[in-house]
Amino acid sequence: MGFASTVFASGGTVDFPLLSALIAIPAAGAVLLTLLPRSRPELFRQIAVLLSVATGAISIWLLAAFDSGVDGFQFRTEHSWVSDLGISWLLGVDGISLFLIVLTGILFPIAIMAEEPDRDPKQYYAWLLLLEAGCMGVFMALDLVMFFIFFEIVLVPMYFLIGRWGHGNRVFAATKFFLYTMAGSALMLVGIVTLAVLDASRGGHALTFSLEILGDSQALAESSSWTARFVFLSFALAFAVKVPIFPLHTWLPDAHTEAPTAGSVILAGVMLKLGTYGFLRFGLFLFPEASVYFAPLFVALGVIGILYGAVVATMQRDLKRLVAYSSVAHLGFIVLGTFSLNSEGITGGLLQMVNHGVSTGALFLLVGMIYQRRHTRMIDELGGLQKSAPIMAGVFMLVMLSSIGLPGLNGFVGEYLTLLGAFMAHRWWAVIATVGVILAAVYLLWAYQRVFHGPAEGENADMPDLRFSEGLLLLPLLGLILFMGIYPKPVIERMEPSIDALIDHIEEYVEDFTEPTNDVLVATGAGHGEDTEHSGDTDDGEGSEGADE
Amino acid sequence: MVEAVWLIPAFPLAGFLTLLLFGRRLGEPVAGWLATLAMVGSLLATIFVYLGLIDRPEDARMFDQVLFEWVPVGNFSVDVGFLLDPLSITMCLFITGVSAVIHLYSVGYMQGDANFSKFFLYLNLFAFSMLMLVLGDNMLLTFLGWEGVGACSYFLIAFWFDDETNATAGKKAFVTNRVGDWGFMVAMFFTFTAVGSIQYIDVLGSAGGLSESTASAITLLLLIAAAGKSAQIPLYLWLPDAMAGPTPVSALIHAATMVTSGVYLLIRMNPVLEASAEWATTTIAWVGAITALFAASIAVAQNDIKKVLAYSTISQLGYMFLAIGLGGYVAAVFHMVTHACFKALLFLGSGSVIHGMDGDQDMRHYGRLAKVMPITAITFIIGWLAISGVPPFSGFWSKDEVLLVAFDEGGWGKALWVIGILVALLTAFYMTRQVVLTFFGRYRYNDPRPDELPENAAPIEYPALYEPPAVADDVELPASVEQRAKHHPHESPWTMTASLVLLAGLAVFAGLLNLPFGGWHNLEKFLEPSLAGNEAHIDASGGLKVGLGAIAVIVAVVGVAVALGAYLRNKRSPKTLEPEVLAEGWYYDQTVSNFMGGPGRKAFEAVAWFDRTIIDGAVVGTGRAVQAASTGLQRVQNGFVRSYAALLASGGLLLLAYFLLRATL
Repeated sequence: MGFASTVFASGGTVDFPLLSALIAIPAAGAVLLTLLPRSRPELFRQIAVLLSVATGAISIWLLAAFDSGVDGFQFRTEHSWVSDLGISWLLGVDGISLFLIVLTGILFPIAIMAEEPDRDPKQYYAWLLLLEAGCMGVFMALDLVMFFIFFEIVLVPMYFLIGRWGHGNRVFAATKFFLYTMAGSALMLVGIVTLAVLDASRGGHALTFSLEILGDSQALAESSSWTARFVFLSFALAFAVKVPIFPLHTWLPDAHTEAPTAGSVILAGVMLKLGTYGFLRFGLFLFPEASVYFAPLFVALGVIGILYGAVVATMQRDLKRLVAYSSVAHLGFIVLGTFSLNSEGITGGLLQMVNHGVSTGALFLLVGMIYQRRHTRMIDELGGLQKSAPIMAGVFMLVMLSSIGLPGLNGFVGEYLTLLGAFMAHRWWAVIATVGVILAAVYLLWAYQRVFHGPAEGENADMPDLRFSEGLLLLPLLGLILFMGIYPKPVIERMEPSIDALIDHIEEYVEDFTEPTNDVLVATGAGHGEDTEHSGDTDDGEGSEGADE
Repeated sequence: MVEAVWLIPAFPLAGFLTLLLFGRRLGEPVAGWLATLAMVGSLLATIFVYLGLIDRPEDARMFDQVLFEWVPVGNFSVDVGFLLDPLSITMCLFITGVSAVIHLYSVGYMQGDANFSKFFLYLNLFAFSMLMLVLGDNMLLTFLGWEGVGACSYFLIAFWFDDETNATAGKKAFVTNRVGDWGFMVAMFFTFTAVGSIQYIDVLGSAGGLSESTASAITLLLLIAAAGKSAQIPLYLWLPDAMAGPTPVSALIHAATMVTSGVYLLIRMNPVLEASAEWATTTIAWVGAITALFAASIAVAQNDIKKVLAYSTISQLGYMFLAIGLGGYVAAVFHMVTHACFKALLFLGSGSVIHGMDGDQDMRHYGRLAKVMPITAITFIIGWLAISGVPPFSGFWSKDEVLLVAFDEGGWGKALWVIGILVALLTAFYMTRQVVLTFFGRYRYNDPRPDELPENAAPIEYPALYEPPAVADDVELPASVEQRAKHHPHESPWTMTASLVLLAGLAVFAGLLNLPFGGWHNLEKFLEPSLAGNEAHIDASGGLKVGLGAIAVIVAVVGVAVALGAYLRNKRSPKTLEPEVLAEGWYYDQTVSNFMGGPGRKAFEAVAWFDRTIIDGAVVGTGRAVQAASTGLQRVQNGFVRSYAALLASGGLLLLAYFLLRATL
């Protein structure tokens, strides 16, 4: 506790409307940018950077003020909005959304600073800020309609970012992305309305879209389990496309590859989490019975995603496409952990969401930097870059090892916990999924070898190394990679109460469901933090010795 | 005193961090000295802690030091903490000792390398990871070290990365090891699920309560893990290729320390091995025995001085697995320690030879180097006698222990003993061959080589061991032959020779750790608390022990004599002793590579094709079809997005109606 409490002093209630500000500041920035005259182009970037940094700072403030021992929603904000229909401006943060908000707050300024658009900076930055407001909204909304609006709104800026500032086949990629994900979520609106209407008619009260009320009343479960299951599927389809879960993933490589660097970073870092977050926040919470019922299906799809994504990634010739397919594999781990429905698996999945955002965000930044210098992403055309750019190679190596899941770096903790959780729930699927650990090494090391090792020829031989400013941009991500690998405890501590509450919720509403967990043979008990068997730390050093037979 | 255990890994970590920040500025040779100093500090800390540990009564020689909580989730909780016990301190002693010597050696060996400081940065990081591996008080922390040493091994094999071969070898090592890691991870999941903890003290305390099938499953998974790191069949493939790294790396990582981590892991988990079915542990013994024989047979026909030693390492590690499988944990540790000393010595000796021969590693190009490299030659000969099992050098005692465990086992143990004796014969043979080809006989560096002769020239005998090759006068030789004549092999600088002398001393005397005479079983007595009474009990009488020892010595002498006859005395043509199939390593590597590059790659490509054509094809096809249909239906509105949205909305409304009807009815 000592370290955690000094770093993240819990502040209790804060008068400042933190959550609304996290949405309002970037949204206002987007409006401000559109109002600014075109004659002042130098202002656009400065305003965007300033406001995104301010938003990031507030998200850190939120983290500092977050009370780690509480499982419910904190910093709740509630304003009636469309009262006739029971829609309200309802925001809140718990351990599940906290770090995704912080991740969003950190990644956006980095993405915005990553590169300058080749045209029309005004719109470019305005779209990015609007995107940030939308992403923040998704992670904080506790009203289903609001959630849906935010969930859909983020498509528009991303559509334009890919379509206007992207590479190569950008219009096709943008359209594919937009239509595919929108088609996926169209049914969710139907589901939301069905859920709320049925709940109101069963309970005999006014229409409400509040997540907490709907989750606790479980009105659908009373009618027939298949109604609830169908509505769950309407949500699940929307989330599955966003994740994306195999076989709904093919919009992702196109969108990632053609997007500008900022677009790829946000797409991978934040937007893929909208789906996995949706499963946790809405899928599992609103439809516990259906979640338990369909869990084996999603476990299987998650495992397929892990292996399939890795295999396809191995054969990619474009570095960005390779990273995109590696996301399919990584997101497979998250799905697997989530549907293990135990503390280890869900915490692992949630950690993996943050880790994937950090690592893949950094990978896309690095690929973008290589592209800026070499104007190619084709692996065949690169080679020997470690000679000309040793620092960049070192940074790339660190990020890559985190993505491979090397212990001591962030990727490992999440991956390990998802697999452990899965093992306790679905042993054989976990054994197969662990093969993904081998494949991750195959595709990433092979790519590294072809890009950075070997002799450097032509333009590769004198590619400039990482600039100081680029290093600064990457620094926060590298810091997180190390911190979350070595000392993930403060993060886990804040996540766990909410996750345990979610599991309790499932156990409460689903008959014969108990959290899949381990047998305990050991007499000393597993939670041994304060055991007398172990010495405290190095300073007091007066450890007792296990008289072990 | 034992509370200082954290200092052991702290020294190399500090060295690593310093070099990371200031390595380039410190440059050569300061960076190297700093790294060496860090290892000496770690060695001194280890000795200090060791003295503290033996000062305690025997039943109090387990000390757990927790630094901080690492991953606490639900029932699962692991710390960053150290388990100090006789086993871990034994590991630390030889790891820090051998590391310090090899660091010293590297200061000379890496002289003039463009990435001098980076080399030592990796070396310190490696030492840190290795110490975490053996000191970790739970499986997950051991796994951290396990992966850390693997990553360092990868960095260092591919250290001279602009050569594609080195880069490929590094990748191969990492990926092959990951296959083993799969076993390690699943073993951890099993252990946690069955025991409720992966803390060693908990696991070892309650392993007796495991069901036989669970314990057997964990044992086999650990065997897979160990076979990866310790290069056993079928995962040994990466180790011969790993010789692409600088020679000190081969000595430190690929001979003395990292490759023993599999052995360490199995010994650490000895109560689980004990709780598992007999066939599971017997499997370990057979994997070891077969690997030992297989690798020794390959070593016979290698021409690369480091490849011989690499296969020899695999073979000697096989001995350790053989011992573990039969419950001879002390013998395994004993052989691990002596092997670390003499194999590091041999590798560093080969490095010294390579250094003096301008990077040439082909033994066919050597000969008579004892004259110009006396210190290297004498120390190498000590290493040769030690590994060949000639008393009183260290290898004799430890190998004898392993063989004794096998002989004493009864049943199949006798067959394992026979294999072990055969391996001893082969070992004496190939090591003698290596010594003769390198240090004695004719100096062959200036000989023309077959690939240097013009195509139409008459073939020459190669290598020409006794007489200079007869090349007709009219054959024109390339300039490279003449150039070589100007090369003069030389002895290495003092940092290198001093390291050789230090290790030679250890290779001679390491046997004292555990002599088979009454009252000299020091190692066995010391390790007892870590083995919790699981060590196999040896019934053999004193007379039998002497007899077995005598057989081993006779076998070693025969091996030496045959090799001397063939390679020094011209009694038998060496060609017949080096069949193609052995030179090619029984074609195993080739078969695996062909499979990976052939059907394996094709399968991967097929999946990628499936993704592009079928899965994505269906998506794009649906889009096109909808587009075509909607333009057909609504010629007025050909806005792509809108028509699609309209379609969706109408579909959605239908579904909404359906649900509402269904639910209200």
